[in-house]
Amino acid sequence: MSGARTEAAAGNGRMAQLIGWIDERFPLTSLIREHATEYYAAKNFNAWYVFGVLAMVVLVIQLVTGIFLTMNYKPSAEDAFASVEYIMRDVQWGWLIRYMHSTGASAFFIVVYLHMFRAMLYGSYKNPRELLWLIGMVIYMALMAEGFFGYLLPWGQMSYWGAQVIVSLFGAVPGVGADLVEWIRGDYFISDITLNRFFALHVIAVPLVLVMLVVMHIMALHETGSLNPDGIEIKQHKDSRGIPLDGIAFHPYYTAKDLVAIVIFLALFAAVVFFAPEMGGYFLEHANFEPASMLKTPEHIAPVWYFTPFYAILRSVPSKGWGAFLMVAAIVLLFFLPWLDRCRVKSIRYRGWTYKLALSVFAVSFVALGYLGLQPATEKIFVYAARLFSALYFAFFLLMPFYTRAEKTRPVPERVKYHAAE
Amino acid sequence: MTTMHTQYRLRRMLAAALAGSLLAAGNVAASGGGALADHAGVDVSNVASLQRGARNFVNYCMGCHSAQYVRYNRLGQDLGISEKQLVDNLMFAAQKPTETMTIAMRPADAARWFGTAPPDLSLIARNRGADYLFNFLRGFYLDPARPSGVNNVMLPNTAMPHVLAELQGVREAVFAEEGSEGATHTVFHEFRTVAPGRLGAEEYDQFVRDIVNFLVYIGEPIQLERQRLGLAVLAFLLVFGILSYLLKKEIWKDVR
Amino acid sequence: MSDEADLSRRHFLTVATSVAGGVGVVLAATPFVASFKPSARAQALGGPIQVDISKVEAGAMVRVVWRGQPVWVLRRTPEMMQHLASVPDSSLKDPGSNESDQPAYAKNTTRAVKPDILVVIGNCTHLGCAPIERFDVAPADLGPDWVGGFYCPCHGSRFDLAGRVMVGSPAPTNLPIPPYRFVGDNLVLIGDDTGASA
Repeated sequence: MSGARTEAAAGNGRMAQLIGWIDERFPLTSLIREHATEYYAAKNFNAWYVFGVLAMVVLVIQLVTGIFLTMNYKPSAEDAFASVEYIMRDVQWGWLIRYMHSTGASAFFIVVYLHMFRAMLYGSYKNPRELLWLIGMVIYMALMAEGFFGYLLPWGQMSYWGAQVIVSLFGAVPGVGADLVEWIRGDYFISDITLNRFFALHVIAVPLVLVMLVVMHIMALHETGSLNPDGIEIKQHKDSRGIPLDGIAFHPYYTAKDLVAIVIFLALFAAVVFFAPEMGGYFLEHANFEPASMLKTPEHIAPVWYFTPFYAILRSVPSKGWGAFLMVAAIVLLFFLPWLDRCRVKSIRYRGWTYKLALSVFAVSFVALGYLGLQPATEKIFVYAARLFSALYFAFFLLMPFYTRAEKTRPVPERVKYHAAE
Repeated sequence: MTTMHTQYRLRRMLAAALAGSLLAAGNVAASGGGALADHAGVDVSNVASLQRGARNFVNYCMGCHSAQYVRYNRLGQDLGISEKQLVDNLMFAAQKPTETMTIAMRPADAARWFGTAPPDLSLIARNRGADYLFNFLRGFYLDPARPSGVNNVMLPNTAMPHVLAELQGVREAVFAEEGSEGATHTVFHEFRTVAPGRLGAEEYDQFVRDIVNFLVYIGEPIQLERQRLGLAVLAFLLVFGILSYLLKKEIWKDVR
Repeated sequence: MSDEADLSRRHFLTVATSVAGGVGVVLAATPFVASFKPSARAQALGGPIQVDISKVEAGAMVRVVWRGQPVWVLRRTPEMMQHLASVPDSSLKDPGSNESDQPAYAKNTTRAVKPDILVVIGNCTHLGCAPIERFDVAPADLGPDWVGGFYCPCHGSRFDLAGRVMVGSPAPTNLPIPPYRFVGDNLVLIGDDTGASA
């Protein structure tokens, strides 16, 4: 392969000396080998497999833009709103940095939801990748926390009342609810104190955890190896050198492929940042262009779109306690996916119609709940629809052990299917 | 510094409101938000309209409303207004072109006079949308029940007096009953002119459109430049994308 | 495996994509680097300031703050001008202000636009302390040769009445002169010298 030739070319001269010097002190070459040039992934990845790397790209965008935003943002109830407008108008290029960050927040959830759905399509959470899935779920939880804390920072009406609603949810915890809510706020209402601590959590604590979890996620992935759309373990068929027959080196093959995906993603990202940064009020809500006021609730409060599926589940139950419980359950159930799914076949390509149907119902329910969570709570039809889709959402998980055990699967081939392009 | 200026504006505004309440004849009951859905049809690239809007805004709105995040010199740059014109026509005496469009009226005083402090208008267009503002400024009608003498179909019981009454004239609103018996509700039907103003209906709409256009501009002064830059970024990504796609195809020739 | 023709194409595409990516990274970094520059607000606060010196009597000095720095405006008396002229070049480190920081129109013996009005930034060029004005002649602590000037209490730098540093001081150069111009007989605009010439 060409890898050997390039290595030979680089092998002479000072560069090789320098790398040798480093390698005696830091495992640079072996790290690059282990995670790139000699990390073998199946050659039949399809488009669903780009969202992991895209999530990394968004993470970098959020970290860089976030650092630059903190240089001009002021985490106080008095100054927060004005400092965001200062960034938008007075700081050179501040508007671009801020729009990248606000668009990045939504982009993060889009790619993560698609990344998770990929796992459900091809059984990426199954033995031996349960820990990989669990770490990923913790990343998702951390991401939700990050989004929630960050949303308070602009200190607009939606920031304020959104935080008010979500913090109040903790009041549903039996026994200690009221104390817990007070403890989270550090005050008797969402105040300057709350804003200040949410800022600390948003810019230091959660990002730190997030980055460490992402490293763990990748370590776990590279331990088991990536799965593929056929759901076949490529390590079962190796050549004499121990390289999987269906595997290709991550670098240069998938770096080159991912680069194309990254550029396409960046084009879509730029289209939003430059031409529709508010995204019709979904990425930046109109009500948030009004400074927070504790005396006046906006007529219609909806959380940002990435929380609305769970918000719809919460609202579908006419009881605060049960609503909050179901909302938490809707997220917690995802953790148990590797054990709820009893089917031994991984990829949806060879699974029975029951799982295909169930997964379709789940996907439709999730999107429908997301839509319903954005609608005003007054329409009866929306309430009934939210109940229906909530029931379907839970049925997908709770009935899974039953419909996956007796699933009529198709035979899984020995080797992955791949047709080389001309 | 600007107290005189403000007092003058305030007087003129109160006078207009007073005239409105004196003319109040019918006993029109206010109810419900109006379903006025006329399009503002603003165009932020129309510099002439923005210049007129800036002038109207300073003359009619800035008596009570600030635009505290907007710098005069930025306005001058974007709208092609020279520093001298800014100082002569748009700014209060003691201000510098690098300062923002603040006003002398203190929110606490304003709250005492109007019942609620007039909001800062820097972001009102992003908050409410151009169409809302367009219909709001055309939605005043006589209502003797209100302290200002007027009410508004877009924002019932608004504390804002009809500052533009001398231009638009004085109007009353006709409401209709709708719905079946037992469950009727009042909806806005139409306006009727009581006393014509200095501007005709078309002229007044254009006057308001210019203000709304200006408000849309100050909501995000960078918006036009943002779109121009976006095209360049997308063009670059297109080239980069083609190159990376060709590279990917080339490298993947190895894979069989 | 690929043949030689493919390899040259591959090499070209690798280089082209890398160059495009590098350009992209530089372009993307530009806004972030530029965001460190003074914002519109900082520029507004650092804008030129107007000082009315009609009330400043001969021999008196006013202090104003421009861009966070103390700026002194001194109206020199005829005696002060004589004293200044009497300072021998040999006692000055940079008599011609060749190494010092001032606009071209202030690069003269009086270091001023109008000979009697000194506009100078009151930051010692040694380590940034604020020198104090000592207009008294031959005081006990500064010695019999002192004809009036500025004395830095931190490390003993001495400057004459045009802010020129004396031989024997730790300060390397004369006190800097900010850009300024007269917009009226007694009105100085500090920070803006549009239209001024040497």
